[in-house]
Amino acid sequence: MPITNGSPLLSMEGISKTFPGVKALDDVSFDLEAGEVHAIVGENGAGKSTLIKILSGVHHPDEGQIWLEGRAVRPQKPGEMLDLGVSVIYQELNLTPYLSVAENVFLGREPLRAGGLIDWKRMRQQVDELLRPFSVSIDPRDTVASLGAATQQVVEIAKALSLNAKIIVMDEPTATLTGTETERLFDIIGTLRERGVGVIYISHRLEEVDILADRVTVLRDGQRIITDRKANLTRDEIIRHMVGRETGVRYSRTESRAVGEELLRVEGLTEEGVCSDISFTLRRGEILGVSGLVGAGRTEMAQLLFGYRRRTSGRIFVHGKEMKSGGPWHAVHSGMALVPEERKRHGLVQILTVADNLTLPVLDGNTTLGFLRNSMLRNMVDRIIERIRIRTPSPRQTVRNLSGGNQQKVVLGKWFLRQSDIVIFDEPTRGIDVGAKAEIYRLMEELLEGGAGIIMISSELPEILNISDRVLVMHRGRVVKELQTAATDQAEILSYAIGGESGALERARELLGENV
Amino acid sequence: MKLVSIVAKKYGIVIGIAVVFVALSFAHPTFLTVRNLRNIVLQTSIQGVMAVGMTFVIVARGIDLSVGSGLALAGVMAAGFEHLGLSVPLIIIATLGVGAGVGLVNGLIITIGKVTPFVVTLGMMSVARGAALLRTGGHPISGFERSFRYMGAGSILNVPVPIWIFIGTVVAATLVLSQTRFGRYLYAIGGNEEATKLSGINVDFYKVLTYMISGGAAALGALILTARLNAGEPIAGRAYELDVIAAVVIGGTSLMGGRGTVIGSALGALLVGMIANGLNLMGVSAYFQLVIQGSIIVGAVLLDRLREQD
Repeated sequence: MPITNGSPLLSMEGISKTFPGVKALDDVSFDLEAGEVHAIVGENGAGKSTLIKILSGVHHPDEGQIWLEGRAVRPQKPGEMLDLGVSVIYQELNLTPYLSVAENVFLGREPLRAGGLIDWKRMRQQVDELLRPFSVSIDPRDTVASLGAATQQVVEIAKALSLNAKIIVMDEPTATLTGTETERLFDIIGTLRERGVGVIYISHRLEEVDILADRVTVLRDGQRIITDRKANLTRDEIIRHMVGRETGVRYSRTESRAVGEELLRVEGLTEEGVCSDISFTLRRGEILGVSGLVGAGRTEMAQLLFGYRRRTSGRIFVHGKEMKSGGPWHAVHSGMALVPEERKRHGLVQILTVADNLTLPVLDGNTTLGFLRNSMLRNMVDRIIERIRIRTPSPRQTVRNLSGGNQQKVVLGKWFLRQSDIVIFDEPTRGIDVGAKAEIYRLMEELLEGGAGIIMISSELPEILNISDRVLVMHRGRVVKELQTAATDQAEILSYAIGGESGALERARELLGENV
Repeated sequence: MKLVSIVAKKYGIVIGIAVVFVALSFAHPTFLTVRNLRNIVLQTSIQGVMAVGMTFVIVARGIDLSVGSGLALAGVMAAGFEHLGLSVPLIIIATLGVGAGVGLVNGLIITIGKVTPFVVTLGMMSVARGAALLRTGGHPISGFERSFRYMGAGSILNVPVPIWIFIGTVVAATLVLSQTRFGRYLYAIGGNEEATKLSGINVDFYKVLTYMISGGAAALGALILTARLNAGEPIAGRAYELDVIAAVVIGGTSLMGGRGTVIGSALGALLVGMIANGLNLMGVSAYFQLVIQGSIIVGAVLLDRLREQD
């Protein structure tokens, strides 16, 4: 038993956890020092979230021991670890949107005046004090709903600190943040580090791990592969440890594609206040990248195109025929498909099976007098599962139980079955592990070979450069530039994404960390 | 324990019926007689048919509070059609049309007006009741011809016609919900409306259809009831929506949408009817029955919550 003096802030030893059918964690050890940022990386299903849930007391380990500052703890309920100074900030924040910042921070622990009334003044002062180190301007009286995503995260952090958190776990904190917001979060994490808080940082984005982490632990298939100082690991080494095999992560096209006839022509597409005057064309066999910062209107443009949002003006021609303004029904029936950014909300019916989801867009062609042709549908499902290699124990498995990469393949499978030839991908590889990424790219290639054209929205510049043939750069709801991918680079794309004025290229280089 | 919970989840309604059945058989000598059991099914057939219709709405994550009033309106309209001298088949078609029309209005306001189903159908509950009372000045309209009354009072193979109608509705609805494209769409809409819309499915159209089915089912209930009473009764069907929703939820359909079966709802209606029958036999006061009825509904929703948790 370690003694308090000199023992690490947190030490988890020999943690094992088995769920029905899966060994989620197998003899994993992990430790954290005060004032350290320790990143945990791994593919989906590697065991990251199970480890965090054990730390926060949501799950109990089958084997293993947890020490906090040298004291053995055995959390039975989530609240216990909170009291001991372990706060977890989940992707979906735990805030009450229409209460004020101060009320959120002290929810359930409001400072009281004599007589049981809330001491608003003291509450605000305390929140101000908590927020002071972070150089953010938040009025404790603002409602949380009026704040941006990054600022809401600061409120969560303030709440954690008000509980005297010594350990803060952040689970994919940047998933919903813009570039500048991410930078601010990094500053805040820096401040936490100075104050001696230990931070466990979980992210898919290895660039962030590069910038932030003091140490990195790689999990794979429920086992700890390596823990080492960040300085001793290159990004490629981390990826290799994560996937356990050499993969075509640095996927790029080998040959230039044969581009065919025009599939789609967009003229002056506009939705007041969202997108204005967007025009472009898409041909068979090409990938048209769409780049831009978060908030530039890329997702909105895709939704306009697909009829999920209503355009105020502009014309869309599919296969040379004008597509009337209407819902997604029109778009799908004229051959368009959308692989949306938010799989959970827009892509899949989580409580239905893999088979039900796959066949959803093709039921209208496979019924007799409205009755389903079951054996035919079953065959289609079996074939597509095999063809695009969806890893599922059975077509009747609920989609919710699949990993992110396999869920994305189910979304793709729907449009493979529908044989859509204009496929819009919105952030196709977000939240997907490295191995599955390469497979998604391969499937895009397969779509192209089948004569489709692809529009790919992506925030990752390397992805845009490696995958697309042309790229539209968006800024404030407009397409500000169209570039040939072969003749451009990250800095040029980014310079247009940030506005394209004089000096933008230099700023872009600076942001990318390139030498000017 | 695990096995128990799985069994309870899957066959909960069957077990519930068995338990109540055995308990009531011991509790009162008349319960377990052919005559009484036939009575229960007969009395359940109206709410049963309505519960089947309601299943479509709830699977697609809607709710229809207007079915009780819809039944009353359809009933007095049926009586009106009779007095106009329409033939029986035409009366049936026109009455079903009235019910479906109520549903159409509900559905259009919900989808095009983007108002929550709860509010729209709550309003319709009052509108339809008011319309039924206006139509008749508050009094029942009586006097149907014999062949119409057959729907409520006749029997085939010694089984009352309403029971046959109930069985037929269950069979047809089961086929539609489990074997057709329409049924599959409803589960998808209930599970995730946005994702279904983005799969190119005309979600609004199918949602409107569910309310028309529910309204039509209420009208079918009205036909059975008016035929049995030999009168169109403007105050009929009061608080039926509670019985019907309780039956659907007890039968395993999730109020959160995306899950549920027609047969479950039919069995749920039987269970509700059986309990009411038992309470009557034992001479429990009508006031106290209201308390029990309400508790059953809240209990059923509570059960639904527990089911959702895992």
